[in-house]
Order: sequence, then structure tokens, then C-alpha cells
Amino acid sequence: MPDLWQADGPDTLKVMTFSESFFVRKLGIAERDLERYLAEALSHGGEYADIYFEHLATSGISLDESIVKSATQGVSMGVGIRVIAGERTGYAYCDDLSPEKILHAARVAACIASGPAGEEKIGFAEAAKRNLYPILTAPTETTLTERVRLVERADRAARDYDPRVFQVQASYGDQLKQVLVATSEGVLSWDRQPMARMSIAVLARAGGGPPQRGYSGGGGRVALEYFLNEKTPEHFAREAARQAIVQLDAVEAPAGEMTVVLGPGWPGILLHEAVGHGLEADFNRKKVSAFSGRLGQNVASPLVTVIDDGTMSHRRGSLNVDDEGSPTQHNVLIENGVLRAYLQDKLSSRILRSPSTGSGRRESYQHIPMPRMTNTFMLAGESDPGDIVRSVSRGLYCTTFGGGQVDITSGNFVFSATESYLIEDGKLTRPVRGATLIGNGPEALKYVSMVGNDLQLDEGIGICGKEGQSVPVGVGIPTIKIDKMTVGGTA
Amino acid sequence: MRAPALEELTARAVRLALDAGATDAECTASEGDEFSATVRMREVESVKEAGSRGLGVRILRGRRAGSAFTSDLSAEGIRNMVRAAVENASVTTDDPNAGLPEPEELGSLNGHLDLYHDDVPALEAPFKIAQATEAESAALAYDPRIANSEGGVYETHVTSRAFSNSRGFTGSYSATRCWLSASPVASDGGAMERDYWFTMARTSRRLESPADVGKKAAERALRRLNAKKIATQKAPVIFEPRTARTLLGHIFDAVEGDAVYRNASFLAGRIGEKIAAGNVTVIDDGTLPGLFGTSPFDDEGVPSRRTVIVEKGVLKSYLLNSYTARKLGLKTTGNASRGLSGNAGVGHGNLFLEAGGLPPADILQRYEKALFVTELLGFGVNTVTGDYSRGAAGLWIESGEPVQAVSEVTIAGNLKQMLMDIEFIGADLEFLGSVAAPTLAIHEMTISGNG
Repeated sequence: MPDLWQADGPDTLKVMTFSESFFVRKLGIAERDLERYLAEALSHGGEYADIYFEHLATSGISLDESIVKSATQGVSMGVGIRVIAGERTGYAYCDDLSPEKILHAARVAACIASGPAGEEKIGFAEAAKRNLYPILTAPTETTLTERVRLVERADRAARDYDPRVFQVQASYGDQLKQVLVATSEGVLSWDRQPMARMSIAVLARAGGGPPQRGYSGGGGRVALEYFLNEKTPEHFAREAARQAIVQLDAVEAPAGEMTVVLGPGWPGILLHEAVGHGLEADFNRKKVSAFSGRLGQNVASPLVTVIDDGTMSHRRGSLNVDDEGSPTQHNVLIENGVLRAYLQDKLSSRILRSPSTGSGRRESYQHIPMPRMTNTFMLAGESDPGDIVRSVSRGLYCTTFGGGQVDITSGNFVFSATESYLIEDGKLTRPVRGATLIGNGPEALKYVSMVGNDLQLDEGIGICGKEGQSVPVGVGIPTIKIDKMTVGGTA
Repeated sequence: MRAPALEELTARAVRLALDAGATDAECTASEGDEFSATVRMREVESVKEAGSRGLGVRILRGRRAGSAFTSDLSAEGIRNMVRAAVENASVTTDDPNAGLPEPEELGSLNGHLDLYHDDVPALEAPFKIAQATEAESAALAYDPRIANSEGGVYETHVTSRAFSNSRGFTGSYSATRCWLSASPVASDGGAMERDYWFTMARTSRRLESPADVGKKAAERALRRLNAKKIATQKAPVIFEPRTARTLLGHIFDAVEGDAVYRNASFLAGRIGEKIAAGNVTVIDDGTLPGLFGTSPFDDEGVPSRRTVIVEKGVLKSYLLNSYTARKLGLKTTGNASRGLSGNAGVGHGNLFLEAGGLPPADILQRYEKALFVTELLGFGVNTVTGDYSRGAAGLWIESGEPVQAVSEVTIAGNLKQMLMDIEFIGADLEFLGSVAAPTLAIHEMTISGNG
């Protein structure tokens, strides 16, 4: 076994060749090995098989009470083998990459099918290659001291922002994932996927009053330099502190239906919950989504165009190839209010005979791929954001959100505002406390009456959970006005 | 690999860490085998079978901590992991409270905890697929309005965990778990509604029958049909056990030591105060045989125990690991919880609200009108302030009878007031997981819907 802890070699700006890819260099895996594993996987007559190798190196630093309390590093490696027979999937994985163990896993996955082995020889064509996230230094190649300095800077900046800040937790985490995917259709692809993220949580208190929290963070498929040159620890720390201080004066949130204006950026979580999940092809293939059978129908106001784009450089939700080896794409989901496409993975596109959208993703080698979002956002419109707020006589303006959730089948979704302001006579007045907003997916976006010219993407903190699997995603939205939405406050 | 072999790996990593200059060390190993079969519309949809292992070490050099983990359990893999942990400890800061539990705090429960059953690893795939098929078929056959399904699932898990530290503790245990569920979709021409039911046990012999699982799941989906939004109003809210247990989760978030010492909890500093209605008693007990929050020792090698958190409405104890106990000048409650990476956090054993005396049907009859909540959506709970606002679905109850399915509403309040406003507690406490509560009725919350 080679030393998998060692920093990784060749420069990461260029596109790697197969022979430079991690599993070839470190473990000596050759095309004929992959052919042998896939042949074993199809030995009971499956129609399609793929094999996914993954090596993940992670590191994390966390600071609390101005003390660097934790520094950790880890490595894990494994391989997953999938066999598809009709609509059936067999899956097996192991964390031992010896040929015997991989062949055993292939035989276990093969049992989903029952028939004679196919005779075809596979032969690989290398997938078209690009590098959406070239970085000078792999995250794992920076020194521990550089990473510690980031959290210390964040701690200082949050405390300096306002004396009412009394608790700061700051963390920095990064990872480098190496993957290799080979399929029985002859696709051979590999990728090197960096990711880094800072998070800052702050508590503030006025006098002996109750504490209020603020949270900020961001990152993407970037190197540590990103936090030195582009989005600094101070940027995130001040934002977290600002949110906590604003909440000190917040009043009870209103209850009932009203006009809601969403600010630009992270409030795009609306799209993720209201339409994104409901458009994943697995739910639609099974006809259990509120959007099933609605292609070509109006599901939003004509002002609304929603995109899912896995090809944006350095974004948290981006991938050169999805976790099934297909190139990611720019997919138009809703165009001027009309539903245009579902997000497809391999299995769904085979069954629905629909082209791939490069949306097959998985949390790790231990998980079966399924259709997922990447970076989901609404295109900018023409309204001035100030005019949008001025057009509202009574409503709620929401700029920061926590999480959201959706019931795919009924279409009901929620997302929780953590920073909002009352709009009274076209002006933002008082900040209000956290409240959940609720709506129904195929209906909610029909009430969008103004779309701002200020599209922003979020800062890179999104994690999407589906059926127990978490993957990094991005969202974005311009300022929008929704004429009617239910706000779950108490006042 | 069996638990004793894992235990030996952890002991070896601790020795290596001490040799490499650590003043203290602790090592966790975990191993798991999983099987899952999903059957959808009476056909096998997927079968998954696999196993994995991992090892994590945390070391101290004086008052500085460092940690590392690996899936490479070879001798060289363990050496590399220890080296990384020692290197990490060179950049952390002296923390006066960093350390391990005291030697006299360490230990393991002796009695039989009923966590492992031989039948589970021996179950054959065809049997498991048949059980999932039967559960889903029972749901599909229950009513013509159940014409679609997200499937039936049968899962088994066999896990082992081992832990050693440099204060003389070494121990391990294995556990088994079976799960059977069905998720039917109901439709009567209009909108669709999905619901589910599941059963979980340490042995397949204690699972509810597939027929019962399918039937309950179908009934739950059907009663949601034709759901409507209701008017914005203040009204009593009754949580059925499946939703009531989420309130226990919020209580946990507010009494776990990390939130308490940071003052990030609406219950911090309130020991001895009345924080809930007088009928409310909340207990964490990691010693109950056969349950899902039971273990012989916590993730720092401290024996699991029973802790009364709230007694008759009065806050009695937080839940602590050794670090948060030192921060607060208290003793650990044996609630350390950790994955393979970083410092230990705080977890719970079997966390539950003690049953009251009323059958749930009697509770419904106590109110002229009330919202009976069967599903909650979203994360709108702030345990720093207690602010609570979540999406809800359920049934509108009038004089004890359901008169209308409800969806697309939120329920809101503040946990401080909600806990004081618990008026009735059901007799129906059942452990469907490691967190459990009976039916709970709250005097009044704000419901947001139409208007």
C-alpha cells in the first residue's frame, strides 16, 4: 500500500491524462483491470455496469473561545460497483482495493441480474476533458500554520466588529477528492476535486439580554489563497457578527399570507426547494413528484427562468464530470415559466430514453448515484432592486436563510428566514425574528411579479441532503417579489 | 474483523501515539456491514451490500489536542495516522480544559444489554427482499387509492465499535439492527400525498409484521388526502408521538454541554428552575437493554447511565462529556459522542419524555378544536432563543374527531413557552428510535395559513 497521506504531485492547473491520474499513479490500476472488474460485474447478464474509485483526503481546523481546539486530518479510500438490469440496481462497495476484494464486490453487485454473461469486449474511450477548478496549490499542500491563521483572523474580526459579540466559533475545512469512473459503455473518466470552506458562528448579547446568533461562511472548489485574496476571513466574520447584532433589535415575525421580497444570493434556496428537487428525474420516472407529467406546462410566472449549471468555474456545486462519468452541463429547467427539463442520471435517462443532463451524483463510493442539483439559480430580470422594495406597501424582506425542506409528492416546501425586515410603505423598517416560509412548488413561483437585475450566487455553503446522501451545491437568485406567500411568524 | 480484533488495533494506536510523544491518547475504531433491499411496485428496485472500517486517533501533548483518521487499517496506515495527529497537535492552542476522563470515571456496564443478535448477519437476501415486498404489497392492496409507491425497504446493519485510551480503558461491543418500512402514495385523482411507516429492532424477530407496516403506512397516506390550508389563527396543537419526539431533540440541543457552556441555549444557567409544565419529566438512559440509544460505555470510555434532565418541570441536569463537564465545573454524565474525527461532542442515549396517563384519543377529546400534527418540515428552530417556526401537516380536530386534513401551514411559538404549555401527555410512549415521546398537547401556538 503506498503512503496515501503524502501530498499529491503534479501541478493541478492543467488537465490530467489517464496515466497521471491518481489511481493509475498511486495504485497502478490499468485499463485491463477495469475491464476485468466490469466483465465480472456483468457475469450474470446485467445490461450496464460502472465502477467508481474514490480517495478522499480531508483536513479541518476549529477555533472556539479564541482557542484553536481541534486540528484534524483524515484519509479514506474505497470502490463502488453498480450493475443495472432493467430498472434494477445491484450495488456493492469495499474499502480494500485488492483485486480479489474488488472482484468479490463485482460478483455481489452482479447478482441483481439473472442471465448469461455478455460477450462484448469493453474498450475505453476517454471522456472529453476540461478543468473547471484549476488551482495552484492543492488544499492539502498548504501548511497547518496557514490554516490556523485564517481562523484566528476570523475570530479577531468578529470580536472587533462590535463589543456585544461574546462568542465566536470559526472553522476552516478542506478536502481533495480523487475519482476514477469506468463504465461498461466504454466511458473512462477521472477527476481531482478540491473543496474548501470557512464557517463562522457568532453570539452577541446586549447588557444582560438574551443572546442572538449570526452565521456566515463560504468557499468553493478553491485553494486556501481564495481566503487570502478574494473572500477573506474578515469578510465572513463581519457578516456573521452583523447578523447577530441586527437580531438584538428584532421584533416578532408576522403570521399569515403576505408579499415577500427575497434579497439576492442565498435566498435562491427557494428554487432548490420549490422546484429543484421536484424536477429530479427519479421522482418523475416513478410519478411521485408534484411536477410529474408537467413538461411543457406553466409552473411559474413568465418572468421566471431557472437554470441548473454544473459547469461554473470554482463553484461549490460544480463538477468536471458527474459521479457517473458524464460531463456536467448548463441545463434550463424552467424557461419563462414553462417547465423544460428534469435532472437526469444514468438510470433515469436509460428508462425515460432522455438525454443525460450530467446530474448523477453520490455522496461517496458507499452510495448509489441519483439525480441531484449542482448550482441552481434564476436568471436576472429587468427590475431595479430598490423599485421592488418600494412597490410593496406591507410585506417582508428576507435576506438570509437557514435550511429548507420539501415534500416531493405534495409539493409543499419550507425555507427558514434568519434575517428579515418588515416592509412598510415601500421602506424597510424593523428587523424581525426567524420565521419559516411555506408554499407549494408548482404554484408558488406563479406569484413572482418582479425580478431584479441583480443576480447573485451564494458564497458557497450549501449542503443538500436526499435519501441520506449529502452533496455540496450552490444556489443563486436576483431580488424577487412574490405577491403571496405564507409566513410562519407569531405576530 | 471481530470486535476484539478492532480493540487490539485501537490499543496499538494508543501505544504508538505515546511512543511518538503524546502525553495522552485515545483511539476509536468502527466497522459496519450493511444490506438494503428496496422493492417498488412489487419489483426489486435495488439491492446493496457492503462493509467498511475506520480508525480515528486523538492525542494530547500537554494541553494541546490533535487528531487524525484513516480507512487504511494496515500497520503502516496506523503509523501514518498517528504521525498526522501528532503533527496536528503542534498547531492547536493550549486549552486548560483539554484532557481525558479521570481513570476512576472510566468503565463499562456489565449486564447483558441485548444489542447483538446472531440472526441478523445470517438473514438471507431472498428473505429480506420478500419482507420488503410483503410490506409494500400490503400498502398497495389496502385501498384502490394507493396506486403508487416509493417502495418497501428492508435493511440490516451489523456494527462494531472499539475504544482504547492511555488511562487504561479498552473495550468493544457489537450491535445489530433491522429496519422495515413502506412509503405508499395516495391519490384520488387530485393531488398526491405520501406517508410512511417503519419498524426497527435489534433482531428481525421483534419487527412489526410486514402486513402491519404496509397497512399503517397506507392509512397514514390516505388520511392526508384532500388536505387544505386552514386560516391563520391561534389554536391548541397536539403532536402525535412521531412528531412529539422532535421536541425532545430540541430539548437535547438546549441541554447538551457544548451549547450550555457557550451560552448558546435558552436553558443555559437554569438548573433548578421550572422550565416546563409540572407534568413533564425528561430522562436520558443509555442502559435500557435492546434499545437504540444503549451502549456499555460512551465514546470516551465512561459507562452509560440514566440521567434525569427534567423532573416534574424542573431542570435537573445537562448532558455532558468530560470536556464540557470541566468547562462547567461539573462531572461527565457519560454522554460523549464522536465520529472518527476531531474532539468528542455530546450525544444522548435513549432520550424520552415519561408517559402520562391518558390514551391519545382522550387527549383529542379535551379540545373543542385543535391541530393534530403528523408531519413537520424544515429547520426553523433556534435553540439559542427558543424561537420555533416549522412547516406542518396533519388533521384538524373538532370535538375529538378529525374533520379535515391540513397541509401547507406553519406552527410557531417559543420553546420556553411551549414547554410550559404542555397540557396533556399521552400514555403511548414507544421507542421507535433513540428519541421517544408520547402524544403531547400544547395549549396554544400560532398557525399560519390562509389570510
